[in-house]
Amino acid sequence: MTVEKPLTKDIPADGQALDLPGYERAGGYQALRKAVRDMTPQQVQEEVKNSGLRGRGGAGFPTGVKWSSTPMGSDAPRPKYVIANADEMEPGTFKDRFLMEGNPHQLIEGLILAGYANQADVAYIFIRGEYKLSQERLARALAEAYSAGYLGKNVLNSGYGLEMYLHISAGRYMCGEETGLLNALEGKRANPRAKPPYPQVSGLWGKPTIVNNVESLANVPHIIDHGAEWFKGLSLTKDAGTKLYGASGKVKRPGLWELPMGTPAREILEEHAGGMRDGLRFRGLLPGGASTDFLVEEHLDVPMDFTEVEKAGSRLGTGTMVILDDQTCPVGMTSNLIHFFSRESCGWCTPCWSGLNWAERILKAMEEGKGKPEDLEKLEFQTKFLGPGHTYCTLAPGAAEPLQSALKYFREDFERHIREQRCSFQK
Amino acid sequence: MGTIYVDGKPYEADPQQDLLQACLSLGFDLPYFCWHAALGSVGACRQCAVKEFKDEKDEKDVKGKIVMACMTPAKEETRISIHDPEVVAFRASIVEGMMLNHPHDCPVCDVGGECHLQDMTVMTGHDYRRTRFEKRTFRNQYLGPFLFHEMNRCIQCYRCVRFYREYAGGNDFNVFGIKNAVYFGRSEDGVLENEFAGNLVEVCPTGVFTDATLRRHYTRKWDLTMAPSICVHCSAGCNITIGERYGLLRRVLTRFNSSVNGYFLCDRGRYGYEFVNSDRRIRGARLNGQAISPDEAGQKLRSFVSTGEKAIGIASPRASLEANFALRQLVGKDRFFSGVADDQWRMVTAMLDILRTGPARSPSLHEIELSDAVLILGEDVTNSAPRMALSLRQSVRQQPLEIAAKLKIHSWMNDAVRTAVQDAKGPLFIAAPGATRLDDVATRTYRAAPDDVARLGFAVAHEIDPEAPEVPSLCEEIRELARIIAGALKSAKRPLVISGFSCRSEPVIQSAANVAKALRDAGHPSALSFIPPECNSFGLALMGARPLSEAFRVAEEGGADTIVILENDLYRQIPAKLLDDFLHSAEHVVVLDHLANQTTEQADLLLPAGTFAESDGTLLSNEGRAQRFFPVFAPREGDVRESWRWLGDPKWTTLDDPLAAMAQELPQLAPAVAAAPSSKFRMAGAKIPRESHRYSGLTSIHANISVVEPKPPNDPDSALAYSMEGSHIQPPAALQPFFWSPGWNSIQAVNKFQSEIGGALRGGDPGVRLFEPSHKGAYFTSIPAAFARRAAQWLILPIEHIFGSDELSLQSPAVASLAPAPYLALNAADAASLHVEEQAGEVEIELGGAKHRLPLKVLPELPEGIAGIPAGLSTANGEVLPAWRPILRVS
Repeated sequence: MTVEKPLTKDIPADGQALDLPGYERAGGYQALRKAVRDMTPQQVQEEVKNSGLRGRGGAGFPTGVKWSSTPMGSDAPRPKYVIANADEMEPGTFKDRFLMEGNPHQLIEGLILAGYANQADVAYIFIRGEYKLSQERLARALAEAYSAGYLGKNVLNSGYGLEMYLHISAGRYMCGEETGLLNALEGKRANPRAKPPYPQVSGLWGKPTIVNNVESLANVPHIIDHGAEWFKGLSLTKDAGTKLYGASGKVKRPGLWELPMGTPAREILEEHAGGMRDGLRFRGLLPGGASTDFLVEEHLDVPMDFTEVEKAGSRLGTGTMVILDDQTCPVGMTSNLIHFFSRESCGWCTPCWSGLNWAERILKAMEEGKGKPEDLEKLEFQTKFLGPGHTYCTLAPGAAEPLQSALKYFREDFERHIREQRCSFQK
Repeated sequence: MGTIYVDGKPYEADPQQDLLQACLSLGFDLPYFCWHAALGSVGACRQCAVKEFKDEKDEKDVKGKIVMACMTPAKEETRISIHDPEVVAFRASIVEGMMLNHPHDCPVCDVGGECHLQDMTVMTGHDYRRTRFEKRTFRNQYLGPFLFHEMNRCIQCYRCVRFYREYAGGNDFNVFGIKNAVYFGRSEDGVLENEFAGNLVEVCPTGVFTDATLRRHYTRKWDLTMAPSICVHCSAGCNITIGERYGLLRRVLTRFNSSVNGYFLCDRGRYGYEFVNSDRRIRGARLNGQAISPDEAGQKLRSFVSTGEKAIGIASPRASLEANFALRQLVGKDRFFSGVADDQWRMVTAMLDILRTGPARSPSLHEIELSDAVLILGEDVTNSAPRMALSLRQSVRQQPLEIAAKLKIHSWMNDAVRTAVQDAKGPLFIAAPGATRLDDVATRTYRAAPDDVARLGFAVAHEIDPEAPEVPSLCEEIRELARIIAGALKSAKRPLVISGFSCRSEPVIQSAANVAKALRDAGHPSALSFIPPECNSFGLALMGARPLSEAFRVAEEGGADTIVILENDLYRQIPAKLLDDFLHSAEHVVVLDHLANQTTEQADLLLPAGTFAESDGTLLSNEGRAQRFFPVFAPREGDVRESWRWLGDPKWTTLDDPLAAMAQELPQLAPAVAAAPSSKFRMAGAKIPRESHRYSGLTSIHANISVVEPKPPNDPDSALAYSMEGSHIQPPAALQPFFWSPGWNSIQAVNKFQSEIGGALRGGDPGVRLFEPSHKGAYFTSIPAAFARRAAQWLILPIEHIFGSDELSLQSPAVASLAPAPYLALNAADAASLHVEEQAGEVEIELGGAKHRLPLKVLPELPEGIAGIPAGLSTANGEVLPAWRPILRVS
C-alpha cells in the first residue's frame, strides 16, 4: 500500500507554488463544488466531525465539534467569520509555512469550505508578518480564486457568498492564540480573552467566529473529496488523518514530512531525519514545538498522535519536534525557551508576567554560573504556580511544560550548573 | 437568592453575581486587585483564587480546582473553599509575583498606610522576598497638576486604564509594552485630558497615581481628621470625605453613596478644595477695615439690623439652607432677596416648579446611569455637572448590555461584555449651542442657538404626543430629527431628559418639561433632570426669596439702610455700576464670606464665614436630595464660624435649632431635618470620632508652643467628635467620617460598610429627597421663533468650563492652572467675516458697561451668529447673558 500524502503530494518539488490551473488539474476545488452543489452546511460540518479531524494548531480540539457550536439559521447573528490561523510562531514549527508556500489554494479552499459549513460571511487569513513568501503567494492565489468565482458574493453561482481577506499580523506570539488573534484583528492588544463565551458565540467584533489552524483547514477539502472513512483510514492510530511532522536540531536531515498520524518518533527521527549527526547522541525531544514537555529515549516508540503522546506525559502540539543532543546544554536550551515565553507574555495575568520573568532570571543566572541551590526548588515552584487554570490563557502552562520536564529528565545538568558555578557545555 | 457553600457552610448568595462579589458581600476577606465593583471582572491579577469543588463528595476528597472567584458565577450549589491550603499558598504567590518588582518604598509613598496592596499583602500572608534579582524600573511622566506618577510601584492590575478609557471615555492614556514591563501612562508627558482622571488616586490599588495636591501638604491617612461632607462645586451633590491636619484642608476623597456619586468624583470636586487654605481667606471680623472681636461684630450686626428695621438680606445659592434661613429670619421674609440675577432666579425657580409639580421624577445620579435613552437639551454636562456626565457615559451601555445578556454573558464579565457589545451604544441625543464632551458617545448631536435647541425639544414633545404644542414653521430636517429622538425615547424602558441653566434660556427648560410630559402622557414615563448653577440653587429656590432687582428698587427708594450679603460675590453677576449704586445707597453693608472679593471690599462689617470644611449645614442637590455636611476642623486662629451662627438667633446653640425653626416656618423644607441624625445622636452612648484609632498627632500638634495637650474643640452641632475616642460601631451613613476597617486601610474598606458590595451603605445611603412630582403641570406653549442672526451683532453666550466657571474652585491653584484664559469664541466663518485670525487676532466687545479686548478662539461647532465667552471667568463683568453685542476687530 502506498502511503497517501493528501496535503503535500501536489506541492511542486521546485519550490514554486502550485497555481490555480495546477491545483484544479490535481482535483482542486472539486470538494468546494461538491459541497455547495450537493451538500448542506450541516452535512459538511457532519462529515468533518465524523472524520475525527483534530486541530493541528497544537491543542487537538476536534474541528467538527468546534464548528457544531456555531449559531446557524436565519436568526444567527451576522456577519459570521471564519479565520485561518496562519500566525505560525511556535518555536521549531514551520509546517503551515510549507503548506502556504507550496499550495496556497488548498488553504483557501479549506477556508471557503469552513465558511460554507458555518455559513460565514467573511473569512480572514491571519498570517505571521515574517512569512513574506506565503503572503505573496496567498495574495496571488486569492486574486485567482476571486476571478475564478470561488470567492465573492456568489461562490460558484451557489448563492453562498464569502469575502476573504489576507491580514498580515504585526507580530507577537500571542497573536497565534485564537482569542489573542481576534483582539489583534480588531486592532487591539493581542491579549487573550476569557472563555466562555467562546469565539463561536462571541468572537471577532462580538460575532460568531471560527478560528482554525492552516493544516487543519488544508485537510478539509480532502475530507469532503474522499469522505470521513477514508480520512480515518490514513492514520495508524485512533487520531485520524496524516500529520506534517518535522524535526529540527542536530539531526542529519532536518525537515518536514507528511506521514500517517501515529508514526512513532523513532521512525521520524531515524528514517526521515536520518538520525543524529555523527558523534552526537540523542538526549530528548520536544514533540510539538516549544510549549510541550520533553520526551526522552524511553518514549521514542510512542506513536506520535494526540492521545498517545499525552499518555507519555507530553503533548503532540504542532507535531514538529525539536531535538536535543548530548552536547547541547539542556539548561541553556530551557533558558532560551523560557526567555522566549517570558518575552512574549502579554503582561495581563500575574503568574505569567511575574513567574516567567522570575524563572527566566534564575535560568540565566544558572547559565552564568550564579545559580544557587535553592533555585531548583524555586523553578519547581514556578512550574506548579504556572499550572493550568492558574493563568488567564495557556501561554504560561505551555511554557511550564519544557521547564518541568527538563527538571525531571535533566536534573543532573541543573545541579551541576549550580555545583560547579558554570556551564560544563561551554568550552 | 441561592445557596453557595464556603468551606462547607451554606450561605445565601445572588446567582447573578460573581463569587468574589458574593464572598465580599458575605464579609469574607478575599483579596483582589483587578476587580472593582464599578468596573467588573476581568480575571487579570489572579488574586481572588478559591478552590471550587464539583460536589460534596469532591469536597470531602479534597480535590477540586483553583478558579478565580471574580470570573466564576455564584450559581446555586457552588461549593468553594477560601481556606484550602493550596489556594491560600497560591494567593500568597500572586502577591510574591507582584512584589518581584514593587519597590517596597512604603515609607516614602503617599499611599503608605492606606494602600490596598499593603492590605492584600498582609491578607495573603506573603512576608518574605525570595528573589535576588534587580527590579525593573520606569521613567515617570508629568501628568498635570492633579496626579503624581510613580510607575515603579505598578503591579499591572490594569484598573487605571480600564477606568480611564472604558469607564471615563478618555483616550490620552493607555497601556504600553508587554511582559513584566507593562507601562500605564500617556504617549508623552502632558496634562491628562479626562475630567475624571483624579479617580485614579482611588482606582490604583497602590501608589502609581497619587494626589499631587496632597503631595504639597502631605499627611498620612491616620493623621487626618476626617468628616463627611458634600461637594460645593456644582449642583450634583457628590458625597466627599474631607481630611484636615494642622488647620489645613489636605484632601478630598470619594465618600461612597450608591444613589449619588458611587465610587467616583470629578476633578473639580476632588481638587477644588484648596480655596479653603487660600491666602485670601477672611479669618477675622472687621469693621471699616479694623479688626474687631467676634462679640463686638455680633453686636454691631444686630445693631445695624435693628436700627429702623430697614435691613435687607441678600441670600446665596452656595450657602447652606441654615445660613440662608438664618438671614431670612434676621431680616424678615419680605426683605430677603435671592442673591442672583433675576433671569437666573426665574429659571432656577422654573426648574424647581417643574420638578415639584410637573410630569417626571428627578433622578439620582445612579438612576441616570441606568437610563437607556437620553435627550440632553442645552447642556455640556461634563462642564456644568461633571459627575453626571460620567453617569451618562455608563447609560449608553444600558441598551447594548442586552446584546450580552442574549448571549448569556453575565453583566459583570467586563471584557466579554465589551467584546459582545463592541461599539454599540444606546441612544443619547445632545442638542447644545456647541460641541460637548459627551459628543463622542452621542447618537446624534444638534448644534444650535438656544431658541433652536428649545424648538427641537418642543418638536420632540409634539412627535411623542400630538397634544403637545406644535412648533410653527419647523423645517423638515429638524422634524425628522425630532421624530428619531421621539422614537428612541418612546421605545426605551427608562428614558431621561436633561436640561439646565447653561443656555440661560427658559424655553429650553420648558421644552425639556414638555418632552417629559409628552412621554408620561403617552405612557412612557421618563426621568427629568435639571442642572442649576450652584450647589444649593434649588435649596434657596425652595426656601423662596424676592427677586434681586426688587432689592435694588427698595434700596433706590431709600428702604434699605443695612444690606446683609451672605456668601455671595454679587459683582460676578451684576454690572458693577448698578451694584456700586446699590451698596452705596445703604448706610451699612454687612458681608459674610470665605474669601476676599469685590463684594467683600464694599463691606463696612465683614464677617468671616466658614467654608464647607469648617461649618455644617444642609445643601439641596439638583436631584432634590437634602444632604448634610459637617466641619472637619474648628479653626484655632481667627473667628471663622458658620454663617448661620453669625446671623442666627442668639438662642440657637446647635444646628438642631435653626433646623427646627426652619422646619416649622417652611414645611417644604421640613424633611431636610432628617438628612442626618441630630446633635444628640450617640452610638452606644458615645460620639463618633473624626480621627482614626491610629491618630498620632494628638500630643504633638502644638508642641512648639506648649507640651500641654489642648482640649479638643467641642462640636455641639453633631454626633461627631474632634477626637480619636468614641464609638467605632458603624454610624448612620450620613455621619460616616471615613472608611476604615481592620485589615482594610485603603478606600476599599468601603466594602465593609455596604449592605452588599457595590450597593447601598448599611442603614441606607445618606440624603433625603425633598419633593416628588405631583404631575399637575400643563404643556408650555410659548415656543420661540427660530434663531435669526443679526447683522453686525452676535448673541453672546457663556460657555461652561469645569475648571474655571465655578467661583470657589477657581481659587484652588491646581484647578486655576487649568482654567482657560478669557477668550471670545466664534465659528470659522464669523471669524473670517471679521478678518480676525485665531492666535494672532484680538476682538473688542462691550460687556457690563466696560470695553474688553479678548483673544479670538475659533470654535467650529458654534452656530453662526453666536459668540461664546467662558462662563464664570471675569470677562462678563456682571453682564447678564445672553446679550446681543457688536464685536469689533482690534486693528
